[in-house]
Amino acid sequence: MKLTKEDVMYVADLARLEFNEEEIEKYVHQLGEILNYEEQLNELDTTGVEPTAHVLPIKNVLREDELVESLDRQKALMNAPSQDKGCFKVPKVIE
Amino acid sequence: MDRISTIHEINELIENSEITYEEVTKKYLDRIDQVEGKVDSFVKVMQEEALESARKADAQREKPHSMIFGIPYGLKDNICSEGVETTCASKILKGFIPPYDATVSSKLKKSGAIVLGKTNMDEFAMGSSNENSSVKKTYNPWDITRVPGGSSGGSAACVAADQVVFSLGSDTGGSIRQPASFCGVVGLKPTYGLVSRYGLVAFASSLDQIGPITKDVRDCAIVLNHIAGHDEKDSTSVKKEKEDYTTYLSPKIKGMKIGIVKEYFGEGLNPEVKERLMEAIEVYKQLGAEFVDVSLPNSKYALSAYYIISSAEASSNLARYDGIRYGFRAEKFDDLLDLYKKTRSQGFGDEVKRRIMLGTYALSSGYYDAYYKKALQVRTLIKEDFDNAFKSCDVLLSPTCPTTAFKIGEKSEDPLEMYLSDIYTVPVNIAGIPAISVPCGFDDTGLPVGMQLTGKAFGEKDIIKAAYAFEQATDFHHKRAEL
Repeated sequence: MKLTKEDVMYVADLARLEFNEEEIEKYVHQLGEILNYEEQLNELDTTGVEPTAHVLPIKNVLREDELVESLDRQKALMNAPSQDKGCFKVPKVIE
Repeated sequence: MDRISTIHEINELIENSEITYEEVTKKYLDRIDQVEGKVDSFVKVMQEEALESARKADAQREKPHSMIFGIPYGLKDNICSEGVETTCASKILKGFIPPYDATVSSKLKKSGAIVLGKTNMDEFAMGSSNENSSVKKTYNPWDITRVPGGSSGGSAACVAADQVVFSLGSDTGGSIRQPASFCGVVGLKPTYGLVSRYGLVAFASSLDQIGPITKDVRDCAIVLNHIAGHDEKDSTSVKKEKEDYTTYLSPKIKGMKIGIVKEYFGEGLNPEVKERLMEAIEVYKQLGAEFVDVSLPNSKYALSAYYIISSAEASSNLARYDGIRYGFRAEKFDDLLDLYKKTRSQGFGDEVKRRIMLGTYALSSGYYDAYYKKALQVRTLIKEDFDNAFKSCDVLLSPTCPTTAFKIGEKSEDPLEMYLSDIYTVPVNIAGIPAISVPCGFDDTGLPVGMQLTGKAFGEKDIIKAAYAFEQATDFHHKRAEL
């Protein structure tokens, strides 16, 4: 599997990361090597094998729809890098 | 330092009024003062709070209390403790003060255990050497030119260096067992679902488990008693009758069936590590255990599957670090998208970015089936391998790691080489089963060698039993690192 510079830049954008030229080159090489290693999975025929996303047979864990206490607003905001009037503050998103 | 070092020994001294809880905590804080400059196990030491808790413990000592009451411990820095900075050794969480306790933290608090500090780790638990910490490196107490292992390197080093009595770590692909092996202490990864993950900062949610790192197997069983159990706040924790793991501490294992995984004793295993394991097998034979050969034919694919599954889950879990609700935010940015990108690019370290990239790639359109789905199918095959193996035995015996602790810097430039350190531990997480690493000797340079005992799902009793019997028949757990 040959990874290109464009692949790395595309994935970086999806992951909300940015890299300089040198880092992109490094990723082309390192991720390419890791993906080559991953190629060995193709030696295995997995036709008809069910994928296991989770080892436990637990499904749909539900609870009664009762009101319980939630995190207090002050506590929820205490770690925010920027806040205003009891809300998280972000840069303007609507023109 | 005196040889008071285990939970059960301290309990005896307290009962005989030979020592107070305050003196115990002071001893450990003094020890931290003496050796922390060499080992660097902690990202934060909570001296004042610990002493205050110890004084309170003395005041309440007459009341009925648990075995871990007043016992000083270390908490890995990815486990939340209300009001105490928790950063996962990452710049992106710098200054994050959890507004709540992880379930394990609150359980230990209620039992009266005393946190001495938050322990260093590879950033977001991604790494096998602690070299990926954004705070500092931790050094192996047995040889400070070597790594303590990772990612719970700080948690293993602080126990090995007698800075705490026990610690909690987390294990996604070997992060408790590999550093326990490198530092000559006992480390247990419980069955997935036995211990609540609520308040553990998520790396790979289908693989992560919290577990104890201790000086001996008895302490391991004691700590496990206090952290195991169903938790409504973690819907993947299992409803199960409570067990007292200390009831399995019996030196008698005659007739126990131990499986030897033939794939784990071949190429890549250091000859000295192999020798120590062969000697351990002899010890078990003397104890009357029976041996069977078993095969895990798909285990050679475990590492490949692991890096896809864990990185895919990590790329999703770590999407939350965007500079809006907590942690670090980049100073300069043009708009919201730029804020995300700059914050994440400046806040995450190299290895974390590499895994986010790998995971994002594996989950991206066009590659999902080839990588992610394929890895999940391989996971099914690996799990079936274990199911088959356990048809003929109670526990599996193997090395924990292919080598003893390696030199600082030795593998840090080559991610794949570093990943190979987890080759025997990763399959266990993929199958969700429990495994324990116990000391089984030393190599020629005096570095500890670890033996891994793996059990079937919720078979903690079998591995604790096997580990305890071995420990009682040997004295490796009494050797201490000279610092």
